[in-house]
Amino acid sequence: MATEQKPILEVRNLQKYYPIGRGLLGRFSGSPEQVVRAVDGVSFKLQQGEILGLVGESGSGKSTTALSVLGLIPHTDGDVLFDNEAVTESATGKKRRELRRKMQMIFQDPYETLNPRQTIYQIVVEPLEVHSITRDKVEKHKRVIEALAQAGLKPPENYLQRYPDELSGGQRQRVAIAAALILKPELLVADEPVSMLDVSIRAEILNLLRQLRDEQQISILYITHDLATAGYFTDRIAVMYLGRIVEIGATKDILQNPQHPYTKALISVIPVPNPRLRRERVLLQGEIPNPINIPSGCRFHPRCPIAIDECRKIDPRLMPTNSAHQTACIRVK
Amino acid sequence: MTPILDVQNLSIDYQSNGHPLHAVEDINFQVQKGRSLALVGESGCGKTTTMLSLLRLLPAEGRIIGGRILYRGTDLLRLSEREMRDYRWKKLAIVFQGAMNALNPVQRVSDQIAEAIMREPQITRKQALTRVGELIEIVGIPANRAQQYPHQFSGGMRQRAMIAMALACEPDVLIADEPTTALDVMIQAQILSLLQKLQRDLGLAVILVTHDLGVVAEVCDDVLVMYGGKVAEAGDVETIFNKPLHPYTQRLLQAFPDINRPGSTLASIAGHPPPLDDLPTGCRFEPRCHLSSEICKRIPPLALEHDAGHYVACHHVEQ
Repeated sequence: MATEQKPILEVRNLQKYYPIGRGLLGRFSGSPEQVVRAVDGVSFKLQQGEILGLVGESGSGKSTTALSVLGLIPHTDGDVLFDNEAVTESATGKKRRELRRKMQMIFQDPYETLNPRQTIYQIVVEPLEVHSITRDKVEKHKRVIEALAQAGLKPPENYLQRYPDELSGGQRQRVAIAAALILKPELLVADEPVSMLDVSIRAEILNLLRQLRDEQQISILYITHDLATAGYFTDRIAVMYLGRIVEIGATKDILQNPQHPYTKALISVIPVPNPRLRRERVLLQGEIPNPINIPSGCRFHPRCPIAIDECRKIDPRLMPTNSAHQTACIRVK
Repeated sequence: MTPILDVQNLSIDYQSNGHPLHAVEDINFQVQKGRSLALVGESGCGKTTTMLSLLRLLPAEGRIIGGRILYRGTDLLRLSEREMRDYRWKKLAIVFQGAMNALNPVQRVSDQIAEAIMREPQITRKQALTRVGELIEIVGIPANRAQQYPHQFSGGMRQRAMIAMALACEPDVLIADEPTTALDVMIQAQILSLLQKLQRDLGLAVILVTHDLGVVAEVCDDVLVMYGGKVAEAGDVETIFNKPLHPYTQRLLQAFPDINRPGSTLASIAGHPPPLDDLPTGCRFEPRCHLSSEICKRIPPLALEHDAGHYVACHHVEQ
C-alpha cells in the first residue's frame, strides 16, 4: 500500500490520562494528584480500505485508544484526524453528527448490545432515525434490507420481525454489523468482535468484515488481544504495551520476523493448533504494571528478558527496522 | 495400565417440562495418572455436563440415565451421597469456569484456601495454615500476597488461588473447565504451564474442558471431540491434529487460526450446533456436514475404533 496516500485516519501522539481521586485527606495534605496514563503517546495511520489490528493485553490501552478515535471520550492531548478533520468530543452540531455517521463501532458481546425487546428491523433502522437520514418508509425498509443482506443475513426479509433471542450468536453479531453498515460508514472500529463466538463461526464473521473491506473499501480498526485472529485477518498490526505502541508493521512481517522482545514473547505463547510444534514458551513473569506507576525508561524493562542498564533510563521511540516495520527498543539494531 | 478414571457409556438427560432432553449420550473415555485429556467442543456440546457428572454435581434437572464412572474401579454412580463425599474434592476436584470471580470478596485469600483444606474434619487450623503455605507455593502465589483480599489479585492470581483450593485435599484427578478463557494470552500461558507442572510433579490426571484447539495442542495428551452430546472422535493429540478423520474435527481445525500460517484461509462451519430439544435423528453433525448422505440422516453412527485408541463416529470413515 502506497504510504503517500492520504490516510483516512491519522492519530498523532494520542494521550488519555484519567485523574484518580486523592480523597479528602489527600487534598488537604497536598499530596500530588495521580493519573492513570491509559494511553501515553500513540501514533498511527490507517489508509482507506486497510485493516489495522491493535493488539494488546488487558490494560494495554487498546480499547481506550479506540474510544478516543471515535471521539466517545475526550483525549488529554494529541490529535485524531479523520478525513483530515479533527475528531474531538467537543465538536458540535452537524460536523460531529457527520463524523459519527462515518465511524461506526462493533462491540464484543452481541448478546448484550442488542435490545431484546426490539425486532431486528427496529434495531437496524434506528441509526437511520437517529441521524435523520430519511423519513421515507419505503426508503428505510429498502436500506434495512440492503444492510442485512450486506451483513450476510439471507434472505433478509426473514429476519425483519424476529427478536435477538431467536438468533444465534453469529447471527446477532451480523445484526450489529448491519446496524453499523446502514449508515454507510467509512471506518469500522471492531472491538473483539468474535471473542464471544464459537470457534466454528468466528471465521465467517472475520471473512464478512474482510469482504466489506474488499467490496466497499471500508477501513477497519480491529481491537483484539488475539494475535492469531489478527494474523489471519489484518494488513498491519500494532502491538500495544502499557499505553504505547511498541511495534507496528505489516502483519506477515510482525508474525514471522518480530523484533520487540514483548512481541516475541506474545507470539511464543499463542497456542498453535499443532502438537508437533510445541515450542519453548517465553513466559513473562507477572503482569502488565499499573499504569499509575509506569516504569522509568522503557516501560517494558522490568519484564524484559534482554533488558540492560540503559533500558531503565532511555524511553525508546519507534524506529524503522525496515521499510514497513517499526520497533521501540534500543536493543533492536 | 489401569486408568484412574474410566467412564463407560455415560448418558445424561435434562428434564424440561416433563420431557427428557438428551444432553450427553453414550460417552466413553479414560484418564491415566500423569496424563491429560481434553474435552473439546462448542457451546452446548455436553462437555460441561459431562464434567459436572464426574463429581455428581449436576443441577437438579440433570439425571445420569446410564453408564458407569469408575474411579480406580469404584463406580461413583453407585455410591450413596455420604460415600460420595469421600471422593468429591478428595479424589476428584474441579476448577469451575469463571469461578475466580466467585471468591469471597471480604475474606483473605489464605483463609479461603484454609477453609477448603478444613473440609477434612481431622485437620487442625494450624495444620491447615501450614498446608496453605505449601499450596500457594505450588501454584505460584508469592507468600507475601496470600494475606490479601481477592480484589487485590489479578485474574491470573485469582485463578491460581482457585487451583490451590481445588488441590487442598490432595486429589489425583483435577478437572478444569475453561480455566483460561477470560485471561490474557500471557496469563493463559502461565496457567497452562502451572497445570502441566502439576500433572508432571504431582502425577495428577488432568481433564481440561475447552473450546480452544490451540490450548489442546499445546498441553494435552489425549483428546475427546464432542458434538451434540456425543463423541465425534477420540484419540491421542497427535492423531487428532494430524490425522483427523471425522468431518467435524477436520473442519473445526480449519476454522482455527494458526499464527504460523498467516494469510491462510479460515473456513467456518455453516449452521450451528443442534438444540437439545431438536436433535437430528441420524448423525448429530449431519445438517452441517458436507459428506452428508442418506444413511447419515437416518442412522446415528457409532464411535468405532479405527486404529488402536482412535475412535471415530462417522458413516463415511472406513473402519
